[in-house]
Parts: sequence; C-alpha cells; structure tokens
Amino acid sequence: MRSSLLLAAAAGLAVLASAACTAGNETAPGVPSAGSTPNREPVTITMWHGFSADNELKAFDDALAGFRAKYPWITVKTTKAVQDDQIIQSVRGGNPPDVALSFTTDSVATFCKTGLFQDLAPYLSGSRIDTAIFPKVIADYTEYQGKRCVMPMLADTYGLYYNKKLMKGAPPPKTLSELADLAKKLTVRDKDGAIKVAGFNPSAQMYENVPIHTAPMTGAKWTNPDGTSAIGGDPAWKQFMTWQKDLVDWFGYDNLEKFRKTFGDEFSADNPFMKGRVAMAIDGEWRNAMLAADAPGLEYGTAPLPVADDKPQLYGGGFIAGTVIGIPRGAQHNTAAWELVKYLTTDTDALVTLSNAIRNVPSTLPALQSPKLDKDPNFQTFLDIFANPASTTLPAHINSAFNQQTLQEAQEAWESGRATDLDALLAGVDKKINDKLKLTAGG
Amino acid sequence: MATTTLGRRGRAVPVGGRHRPALRALLYLSPWLAGFSVFFAYPLIATVYFSFQRYDLFTLEPVGLLNYRYFLQDEAAWTAIRNTLWLVVVMVPARLLFGLGVAQLVTKLKAGAGFYRTVFYLPSLVPLVAGTLGFVYLLNPGTGPVPTILSAVGLPSPDWFGDPGWAKPGLTLLGLWSVGDLMVIFLAALLDVPKQLYEAAALDGAGPWQQFFHVTLPVIRPVLMFAAVTGVIQTLQYFTQAMVAARVASGSTDSAGSVFTPGYPAQSTLTFPEWLFHQGFRDFAMGYACVLALILFAVSMVFTLFLLRQFRGLAEEDA
Repeated sequence: MRSSLLLAAAAGLAVLASAACTAGNETAPGVPSAGSTPNREPVTITMWHGFSADNELKAFDDALAGFRAKYPWITVKTTKAVQDDQIIQSVRGGNPPDVALSFTTDSVATFCKTGLFQDLAPYLSGSRIDTAIFPKVIADYTEYQGKRCVMPMLADTYGLYYNKKLMKGAPPPKTLSELADLAKKLTVRDKDGAIKVAGFNPSAQMYENVPIHTAPMTGAKWTNPDGTSAIGGDPAWKQFMTWQKDLVDWFGYDNLEKFRKTFGDEFSADNPFMKGRVAMAIDGEWRNAMLAADAPGLEYGTAPLPVADDKPQLYGGGFIAGTVIGIPRGAQHNTAAWELVKYLTTDTDALVTLSNAIRNVPSTLPALQSPKLDKDPNFQTFLDIFANPASTTLPAHINSAFNQQTLQEAQEAWESGRATDLDALLAGVDKKINDKLKLTAGG
Repeated sequence: MATTTLGRRGRAVPVGGRHRPALRALLYLSPWLAGFSVFFAYPLIATVYFSFQRYDLFTLEPVGLLNYRYFLQDEAAWTAIRNTLWLVVVMVPARLLFGLGVAQLVTKLKAGAGFYRTVFYLPSLVPLVAGTLGFVYLLNPGTGPVPTILSAVGLPSPDWFGDPGWAKPGLTLLGLWSVGDLMVIFLAALLDVPKQLYEAAALDGAGPWQQFFHVTLPVIRPVLMFAAVTGVIQTLQYFTQAMVAARVASGSTDSAGSVFTPGYPAQSTLTFPEWLFHQGFRDFAMGYACVLALILFAVSMVFTLFLLRQFRGLAEEDA
C-alpha cells in the first residue's frame, strides 16, 4: 500500500514536471490577414536586443525613430544586451518580450523546431511580403526544415583586412600559397625569435579564424543533407588544416601562442590589427566602423579571403551570417510585434540607417541597391562578398554550436601537435557529431 | 469504526488519540516538509523522469536508456570526471594543508597578527569571477606581471592557463590564494587547543613536530574533517573559476560567430558541473544533462557518506 502510494506520488510529480517544463504552448492571436486594416489602438510592445555599444545603441534608436514616425500608435520599450539564454528562459516562464533579436544564428534550428519563435509564414503571407527580397543564402540560416521562424536583420560577411604600410606595396593574396608566402615575408621577429609583427596569424584560436569563417577558403562542407557530419569525408577540410598546420609550424606553435596572448580585447582599440601588430587578418565587415572610430589614421584595405590554389572559382566568396529577429511564443501583442519585425527587416531606410551607422551589410536586395547606402571601397568589398554566388553560410542545424565546437577542438589539437593523425582526428569529429545528432534529434 | 479503550486511570479514550502526538509532530515539521518536497523531492523525481526523455527545454520524447548509453561513450564527460577527480585529490588536500599552515603561522606571530589575518583572509572575499580574471591576468604569459618579473630575473614561466599540463595546477594556485575561508576556521580551532596540553607535552620532552602531531592534530581533527567534507562537496561542484579562466585564456568573446570550447585548453579545465551546464543550457540536451546531474548527485552522496562515516568513527574514538 505504502509503495503504491509512493509510486502514485512519483507519477503525479512526474506529470507535474512535464507539464511545468513544457509550458507556453499558447497559440498566436493577432496574425494579420491579407488586406486587413491594422488596428491603430495605442499599444506598448517590448523588445529585447543584444546591442550594447554606445554607437550601436544610438544607431538602433535612430532606426526605431523611423518606426515611431510610421507607426505612432505603437510604443516600443527596448531592453539592451540580452542573450539567447534570457530569451529562452522568458518563453519558458511564460513572460517573453513581444519581439526578440538574436546575434547568433546557431540557435535558429532550436528556435524553429521547438516553436520557441512563432512560425512567420502566416505573417509573411498576411502582409504579402515576397521573401525574394532576401538573398537566397539567407534562407539557409533563417529557416529550419522549411519553417521560417526568424527574419534577417542585417548580415555579416567575412574577408581579409590588410595594413597597407606593413604590406609594403604587396597586393592582397588571392590564394593560400600567396597568403603563406606573404605571411612569412612580412613577419618581424625579435632578436630572441619572439614574434614582434606577424604577417598573418594562422591559428584557429585567433579571433575570427574559427572554422565557420575559414571553410569557404577551400569550399569545405559541414553536413550532409540528413544532418550527419560531412567533415571527415570532405577533403577540403584536410586541405585547409594541412595548410594551416604548415604555417603554424613555420612560426612555432608556442611562439604563436605567446604572441597571441599579448593581444588585447578583440572588440576594443587594442585589437592587434588596429595596433599594427598583424599585417593581415580575417575579420567581419563591422571592423570598418571600429577602425574609423578607434584607429582613424590606419591605412588599410579589404579583400575577399584567399582560396585554395586549385579552386580559383571560390575567390570572391566568403562566409555569411547575421542578426535574426522574431516573435517569441507567448508574445502579448503579435500584430504590433509583427509591424516592428517587418519594419526592421524589410524597410529599406531602416536597414540603410543601421548599416551606415554600424557598418553591417543590409540584408535585403533593395537596401543593398539603395543610393543612400554609404559605399566606400573597403565596405564595398563586403557587399560584393555578400552578393557573390560562391559565398556560403552554416545551414541551421539542431547541434550547430556543438558541431562548431567539436571541429574547433580538433583544429586546436591538430595545430598544437597534440593530434598527429589528421584522418583519425576528422573521423573522430564525424563520430562525435553523429552520436550527438542521435541524442538530440534521433536519426 | 470507532472503538474505545481504557486510559491509565480507567477513563475511556478514543484509539485515535494515540495519533495526536504524531500529527502534532507532522504539523511542526510541515514547513520543512514543504521545503523538502518542493526544493528536493520534486526536482529529484523530475530529474529522474527527464533522464529518460529527449528534452530540449520545450518538447519531450521518451527515449528509454538513450541518454544513459550516450554517457558511456561521451569522451568529454569522462574527461570532465577525470579533471574533477584530479581537483578533489590534489586541490582539496593542498588547500587544507596550506590553510592549516597559514593559520599555524598566524598563531605564532608576536606582532601584527591582526594585520596578517586580514591580509590572508581578504582574497576569499573577492568575488569568484573577479578573482579569477585578476589571476589569469597576473599569470598571462604575454602581459602578466608575474611572468614579466620571472623573465626579468631569467626564470621561465609556464603558460598557466594556455598549456593543458599547467591549467589545473593554475586553478589549484588560485584555490590556494583564496584559502582565507579555511584559514579562519583552522585559526579558531588552533586557538582553542588547551595550552596545558602543550605544556604537559613539552615537559614530557615533545618537540614542535611531536606536539603538532600528538596534541594539535588530534584536537582539531573534527574541524579538519569538516573542512575536508565541505571541500570535497564544493570541488565536486567546481564551476565558476574553471569556466572564467578557460574563457579568458581562450580569448573567446562570447560574440556572434565566436566558438567557445569549454575546458580550454584541450578540455583540461572541463569539470563535470561545467559539462552538465553546457549540455543543458548550451546544447539544449536537457535529458542528457539530467543523467549527468544524477551521476553527480550519486557521487556526492557516496563521498559525503564515506567522509561522515569516518567522522563518526573519529567522534566515537574521542568519546
């Protein structure tokens, strides 16, 4: 009798647990229908975003000023510096913001699969928005298995920055061989052999040299269509990592690490490229704004990333990702929330205002072609990379962060010499990724 | 059906009356019982339940023993277990010895004891994140003052938080720096040792070491045991310092596109609670995180019971 009571209590608690932890299944009222007149009752909506730097906050406020002028009955209360964890917890707690913005595309698959962000298809059709205004590559990181639950708000692309003075007249490299040769030629060492100025730091641990950004240099693939790992079976990864290891060995891994440890914060004026301590660096388009603010005297140029010598057709492309924005499940004011999402992601003036201020790439084709968009040669490089058909992204994957982390660890082990069998190392990466896929998504 | 029986003085009392003290006890216990049910029993049962589910914080799907099977092949989890055990075996005794040594030293000081007590205690008041940040900065091979000074006098300095072989010793050093919490407890225990015992031992010809081993240690043994139990439990939950040191040393900025590999470098600082957190709140594999939580709970219980049994044995010996 006592044990059956205990069992019943345990079962009851388990049911309570499952109910409590799968809360927030309410449907979304207020989805606009085609041709309907918007309700102009005054309403206040909440929006969480990740901007925190003063220039970013000002630019975002400027963009919102345009929204207020166009939709005076909607008041937007913003909360800055919010990360994905907080968005997730707010939805679980049943008290999410009306609109949420995420700086990373790594969670998009989870957002869409779990319904954490609402399916935007009815909103898009209700507002008669043609998604052809977005470059095709954007769909890969704003949709998961055909479901769009977030919209793109500005994009990021990655290219090569070079210090004109340190390059001593050399043109930017176009191939990996040219990059390696130039990196060696431009490196300056102290009497004791310590690196004073590096032509290029090839380490996978160097700020933006992460595998998602370097994959387009050899056209390396992450996953197969069924979500399993394509890394071990794609010779492009081996090609890149072999090149990378050769150059790391030329510097000496310990030397390079000691040199890297002297760098300041990536997103500060102490960035080594801005300090003239590296001649060439992989970085995002937003570095242009930081250089203008913190190193106005630095003479620099930008170019697409060098590519494998045997794959010249890849030159001009690069990695693309961006900021995403959507309406969390359980939002209180869906109609007004959608108006804000629609404005920030499709209004040409809003996108151009933000792009000009924080130097991100506008994420719609009309905004890219806007005459109001500031296009100096260094920024134009990134607009060209964005438009290049060879550019790729990391398609939304349920284990996106885990996959990147696993490969990153393997690259660190390889370049440091802790791992010596590259085939076995990459096969191990495949196994970890595939096992994790079974754990989190079945299959 | 109501029955009656005779009371001590022949008065009939209802049988149910015998239950009143039990009910009263339950009533008095109810605040604790409510807290126990809500904050311990319910989460524990829920954790067991979720460990058999694929649970991404929003949707549930029964998967049988999949999460348990994954644990057996999860290399990172086993690395985390090894790292955590390393810290338990090395850092806990090191902190106990160092804390006891510092306390012993402070009791011997003739002048300025108050000042030194404060100096040694202060680091333990520094918030964990700030302390770790400061420590990583101090030992940073590129710019840190410690390697700079060592280099100036011609001595080598390891890459404390960048070399997998030195990262855990680096964390141990951080633990020793903030040993003030233990020092205060030991200091109180040492000052409590009756002076007559030392005088008697001295009369019997015992030297300082003999006095320490045969007088001091037996008297402060319960305090040492308490420090060992709490130290082991805290180290099994070691999280913040490892996470912060790894993040700072890796140069990861937690920005879009940046990849943070927990346990940097080469998973050498990956602790079990860190991996648990990462699975639950970074990878959204909450069902698997529940398996890890249950393992941590079981290991903590075994350690605690073992140490408490030892403690009870000591107490009985003393009695």
